[in-house]
Amino acid sequence: MSRNETYVKAVGRALADAMRADERVFVIGEDVAEGGPYTTTAGLSEEFGRERVRNTPISEAAITGVAIGAAQSGMRPVLEIMYIDFLTLALDQLVNAAAKAHAMSGGQLTVPLVLRTQGGAGQRGGAQHSQSLESWLTHVPGLKVVMPSGAADAAGLMAAAILDPGPVVFVEHKALYFRREDVPETIEPIELGRARTVRTGDDVTIVATSRMVGEALAAAQELAEEGIEAEVIDPRTLVPFDLDTIVASVRRTNRLVVAHEAVVHGGFGAEVVAAVQEAAFDDLDAPIGRVGAPFAPIPFSPPLEDAYLPGRQQLVDAVRRLSVGSPSLRLPYIGAGLTSA
Amino acid sequence: MNSDDALRVLATMERIRHFEERVARLKLAGEVFGLIHVSVGQEGVAAGTCTQLRDDDAVYSGHRAHGHALAKGAPMNRVMAELMGRETGLCRGMGGSMHLVDVEHGFLGATGVVGGNVPMALGSALASRLRGEDSVAVVFFGDGAAQGGHVLETFNLASLWQLPLILVCENNGFAEFTPRSAHTVVERVSDAVAPYDFARETVDGNDVRAVWSSFGGFLERARTGEGPFLLECLTHRLSGHYVGDPAAYREALAADEWRKLDPIVRLRTSLIEDGTLDEAAADAIAAEAIAEVEAAETFGRDSAYPPESLTAEVAYA
Repeated sequence: MSRNETYVKAVGRALADAMRADERVFVIGEDVAEGGPYTTTAGLSEEFGRERVRNTPISEAAITGVAIGAAQSGMRPVLEIMYIDFLTLALDQLVNAAAKAHAMSGGQLTVPLVLRTQGGAGQRGGAQHSQSLESWLTHVPGLKVVMPSGAADAAGLMAAAILDPGPVVFVEHKALYFRREDVPETIEPIELGRARTVRTGDDVTIVATSRMVGEALAAAQELAEEGIEAEVIDPRTLVPFDLDTIVASVRRTNRLVVAHEAVVHGGFGAEVVAAVQEAAFDDLDAPIGRVGAPFAPIPFSPPLEDAYLPGRQQLVDAVRRLSVGSPSLRLPYIGAGLTSA
Repeated sequence: MNSDDALRVLATMERIRHFEERVARLKLAGEVFGLIHVSVGQEGVAAGTCTQLRDDDAVYSGHRAHGHALAKGAPMNRVMAELMGRETGLCRGMGGSMHLVDVEHGFLGATGVVGGNVPMALGSALASRLRGEDSVAVVFFGDGAAQGGHVLETFNLASLWQLPLILVCENNGFAEFTPRSAHTVVERVSDAVAPYDFARETVDGNDVRAVWSSFGGFLERARTGEGPFLLECLTHRLSGHYVGDPAAYREALAADEWRKLDPIVRLRTSLIEDGTLDEAAADAIAAEAIAEVEAAETFGRDSAYPPESLTAEVAYA
């Protein structure tokens, strides 16, 4: 049994299920009782009341601290930071307190906190409402980082994040919010740290996160018309990271492209590239390609933002580049191009 | 504060004083590690408040936290072992002086981030409210923390939600090395919360009877779900900001001046004057504290360092 629903509805349903199942779960954040700017928490305050669906002033540092303190005192808060761009205001609490409390207390404290936020560009939000900052979070031991690319995963990963004993940052993407997908009627938790192979193929592996998963599927379709079969893998969680699934794929395809919407420089893709070359250097027939945004603040003007954002075309180009100079060339399109040059 | 309470408070202050004086020496001798901030001179605040709390009341503190942890019930030998980085330490050697935690006794923790625990204490008060319990949350912070944005945000939020939180400001007049007047025009921290309409009091923090009485009044109301409250305790940090601080930025008090301020001397003298104690009994309380410190030092020194595997073991719950 499943229902066709949007990403926001799926997240909201997972939250409501968790609140029905466990009275320690509560939702806190700016305008959450009104549903928030994207309606993700719509309906929750009507069902659970405004004590458990708690609006806050615009005080990201304090509300993050409040959520951590409540978690340490046995509650299971789901905190919303409305835009990942504003997580900057809460980073002290998240990085210095939530991430380290279990370790610094020698295992006495636990912080079962889910910090929901959303990032991503494409809506003309300008440089302060459009960023993808997840790589910062993956650099902090003690945090888990989840980035669902579709409604069904968003629901199942949210259920798992709420059950997790430690702090989980749950990064949604605003451009995915109103895309529909079949979501199970009964939401089952999806184990954190398990990648999903979204499309199988033997010629190249594309590891993509969040919005780039859909772009990777579109690129794979275009490449398939040229006889190139791409395998698309969505890690779903960056911490913990399912390296095994990716390495197993690369051993078959011998080529890898890593794609995210965040800027390439210092992005999580660099970590994936390093880990894969350490594990499977001898299996690689070409340098690993990276796709992401250029190293510049996100522009506002629509044609500039469109040009800035990585997507299907950049992925297709990156896959084509992989075969240049490769002796084990299996990509006829590129081969033809090289010969004529 | 009845005479039993007073004896308990005096013993608590003696324990803190002798513990911290020993810790300072052990730090200079290289047996205690890290950044060590002692509260010598300020013991009246910890002892006059924490001894009135229960284990299910959450207490948070900052970087100068030994006294609060001990007064809340943390075993001295395990605090000492923690400062020595041993596995028998309160946090198995993972925290150190600035990150003491003792969940069993409701000491949810110290932090090295100035004012960082103030919003977290409000979160514990919120948990208490959501569960319908009568436990309260208490957070200690210095006057230096009161200029932090996260602390000011918490003042607003606490008053908006009216949660059972008692904010205890230890105003020793110095933010690290700088006098308060160089950081703000607001002389009293209790004035900084004035617009939020808290119940607030400023007391002589070295008069432990005054601390006990004002805190006790707030606590009684917080038990019924009222709050927040702010208790500003004017106090004096007898030594520098950290162990090893030459404290060249201020003049030390003359010894006879200090004796008039010392919260331990003041309570001890008043208990002798009112006949609760004689000199010998008062000396015995101090001697007991010293013996406990000796035992704690030996316990720490005899304990093993934690295994290297502990770092990875506790990284994730």
